[in-house]
Amino acid sequence: MSAPTIDLDAARSALGSACGDVTDAGPDDAVDGVPPALVARPASTAEVAEVLRAADAAGLTVVPRGRGTKMTWGRPPERVDLVVDLSRMDAVVDHAAGDLIVEAQAGAPLAAVQETVAGAGQRFALDDPVGDSSVGGALATNLSGPGRVATGTARDLLIGVTVVRSDGVIAKAGGRVVKNVAGYDIGKLFIGSFGTLAVLTQAVFRLHPLPAARRVVTVGFDRPEEAQRLVQQVIHAQVVPGAIEVDRPAEGQGTVAVLLDGIEAGVAGRTATTLRLLGSDAREDADLPPGWGTFPWAAAAPAERQTALKATFALSGLARVLDVARTASAAAGVRLDLRGSGGAGVLYGAVSADADPGAVGSVVDRLRAECTALGGALVVLDGPPAVKAAVDTWGPVPAIDLMQRVKDRFDPERRLAPGRFVGGI
Amino acid sequence: MTGTHGTTETAGPVPGPVPPEETEATGRADADPAAVAAVTRAVRAALPPDSVIDDHLRLRTYECDGLAHYKVIPSLVVLPETAEQVAAVVRACSEHGVPFVARGSGTGLSGGALPRADGVLIVTSRMRAVREVRREDQRAVVEPGVINLDITKATTGGGYYFAPDPSSQQICSIGGNLAENSGGAHCLKYGFTTNHVLGAEFVTPQGEIVQLGGLAPDAPGYDLLGAVVGSEGTLGVATSVTVRLVRLPEDVRTLLAGFASTDDAGAATSAIIGAGIVPAAIEMMDALAIEAAEAATHCGYPAGAGAVLVIELDGATAEVDHEFAEVERLCGEHGSFELRVAVDPAERALIWKGRKSAFAAVGRISPDYIVQDGVIPRTSLPQVLRAIADLSSSSGVRVANVFHAGDGNLHPLVLFDDAIEGAGKAAEKVSGAILDLCISSGGSITGEHGVGIDKAAYMPRMFSEDDLDTMQLVRCAFDPDNIANPGKVFPTPRLCGEVPGRHRGAHPLVEAGLAEQF
Repeated sequence: MSAPTIDLDAARSALGSACGDVTDAGPDDAVDGVPPALVARPASTAEVAEVLRAADAAGLTVVPRGRGTKMTWGRPPERVDLVVDLSRMDAVVDHAAGDLIVEAQAGAPLAAVQETVAGAGQRFALDDPVGDSSVGGALATNLSGPGRVATGTARDLLIGVTVVRSDGVIAKAGGRVVKNVAGYDIGKLFIGSFGTLAVLTQAVFRLHPLPAARRVVTVGFDRPEEAQRLVQQVIHAQVVPGAIEVDRPAEGQGTVAVLLDGIEAGVAGRTATTLRLLGSDAREDADLPPGWGTFPWAAAAPAERQTALKATFALSGLARVLDVARTASAAAGVRLDLRGSGGAGVLYGAVSADADPGAVGSVVDRLRAECTALGGALVVLDGPPAVKAAVDTWGPVPAIDLMQRVKDRFDPERRLAPGRFVGGI
Repeated sequence: MTGTHGTTETAGPVPGPVPPEETEATGRADADPAAVAAVTRAVRAALPPDSVIDDHLRLRTYECDGLAHYKVIPSLVVLPETAEQVAAVVRACSEHGVPFVARGSGTGLSGGALPRADGVLIVTSRMRAVREVRREDQRAVVEPGVINLDITKATTGGGYYFAPDPSSQQICSIGGNLAENSGGAHCLKYGFTTNHVLGAEFVTPQGEIVQLGGLAPDAPGYDLLGAVVGSEGTLGVATSVTVRLVRLPEDVRTLLAGFASTDDAGAATSAIIGAGIVPAAIEMMDALAIEAAEAATHCGYPAGAGAVLVIELDGATAEVDHEFAEVERLCGEHGSFELRVAVDPAERALIWKGRKSAFAAVGRISPDYIVQDGVIPRTSLPQVLRAIADLSSSSGVRVANVFHAGDGNLHPLVLFDDAIEGAGKAAEKVSGAILDLCISSGGSITGEHGVGIDKAAYMPRMFSEDDLDTMQLVRCAFDPDNIANPGKVFPTPRLCGEVPGRHRGAHPLVEAGLAEQF
């Protein structure tokens, strides 16, 4: 089917009356290499609704954008006419400290939310491994970091959401209280949906107290089974870890790092216990180790686009994943660095940018088979165009038909980020 | 007095203006006897004979759930033993357009498992296997009929437990917990069922068996499981559930604090949260609720207290010690006149006994009552409690307050005597006004009991038409024919129709040569 033709001038004018800030797109506005024609920067949920109504009427495909830090994640969209940029909607709308909640607009940087709530001794327990992520972008990509072992991920923190559908209808779900079972919890559907269901404009999150003290206990390991033994010892103990990170660069020793945070008196005792558990080589540190809370591909130069993997697995599969990752990458002759939340069953991998796409594909296939057998999945979050072209980045997804039906109901015309998500959604 | 059985939080009768048998939401027994007969035949072919019930007397056993005032006799009850049998029943329903309702132990308090007179009730009580306890993975895989507390019993030996603990945990099922996104006293710190369910094998309303989520987190694709949990059986039936197991804490300490008023107890609650302490639970009871609990269980709550707080802290011993001292200090500073610390499990159990039996205990002081389940922002507690007191005194309807103070989840018990003309109506009015208070303070109409049939009419007070329409897009994706527990949650069903604008192949009329498309 040939692409539908759109009347760009008419669209520009309609969008202009929907929202004061509409410009022609530049080269930096490309979404994973796909150039849009226009960029709209609405200033409110109402303006987003007007913009999407106008886009719908003009037949434009739309990709939402927060701070633009993960625009190459997922698959390249089939087509983009309009980027809806939410960076003007960057307000932390309300911090109700006594209720331990915060409400922020989608374009608000996570760091700004963090700064606001820290003033009251609180924290928004969603890590930002990418840096400069927005609330909306973090939700749309289901971003998480080391803290997930203790406080979960976006799905455990989001309590209310405002979205605009592709037909311009504004809808809310959830609310401003943590405990609430009125209606479907559709906020969770938008988490990790890569902008394919609706445009997120505002969100309410539960907060946690800011820990007064923290220590990190680290210990090196050589063999995958050692890493698994160490992690298992920590999770089955009663030390209430704030994070359990596993770092395994392509060469040399790996590290297991356990974060213990809370009140000083408690942290001291739990640190002592953890040191005992992890053996005589374990050491205690007040500072977080280098690279903590960043993805393994973050160390590469921005121009050097590595292949970014996300592996998930049942906790007891850690050793097998570490093992297969190393043997598969060695066999394929590519460099693969791993780091992630070993205590949650999530590891991220970075494959060097110059790796042959076929070689990357073989690593992906072997790791995917292993992760799938371990109750999880392997996703290629990002990568050079040649790798994305050669590899099934999302992999097979159970219940894909049901997901397609959800997409069909929310966005029947496929206006929102078509092709960016699983199964071509 | 109806509707109190032991450990369950059980609602008393709610005087409904219209006999529910005649409402749109529950169907009519004579709606389509031929379709029901066809489903019965299909089901008999797929299930063992003793798994299919269609004689009237036995059907009556299933006429209500924990919200016992609403009664509807289903056309057919099935007791499947496997996912394939559930799927076969659902496929038969789908083929003949017959509605179905799934039911676990039937302890729900919003009528979520109220049968359809024109439909099939799928009871999961024969699916009670704990299939796997995977301690190394901190997961268990269980069938939907497994009793909530039995997951904990199966895992405490290994140092683990299942955190969500609704008061009915000795009899409620995990399938019901999943459908209702059940909470409990300890969800302040540990979250709700949705935070503890990682995967489910699930039968869609078309009778397909799909796997949602699993042992590992962050399954790629839409978080359908997140939408399914708490959807009250309107999206399908879970046939296996993968749950998170939580490590038992090193220490648990429980304290009972007596206050002169709910204002003081509320201020103490705010001070504790404000100090950065997240107790496992903070429960409050007011004078009337204390009186009832005392009469029923002799739990020895402080005499003359206007309110008590039950506060529980758990975690590593050093933290618990420190935080416990803080909590004691803060309670004292906010006027607590008596602090009682449980020194052993028996004393801890006694403190909880008063709280956990509070609903049933209200039967001692009132022949009938309505249980509400509204939520308010915690900081609104003093104003809302005063407003409830005003409502009570202006209407002459007594209200006992029992609630999860830490997360602002109120359970006002609106007391009345149905033998007195008009008392039921007056109670219902007060009950509705309390929900309005919750909504206007920025809260919710239900914190853990669900919307069910009981509160569907209140949904438009909390959500706009567009909000409800958007939720129902999900329902249309799962259940376009509206056969999965229809009449629950939403006051008005959305007509799903064909997906607008979706062009898959040629129009049927074009294909049939009856029309041309240009």
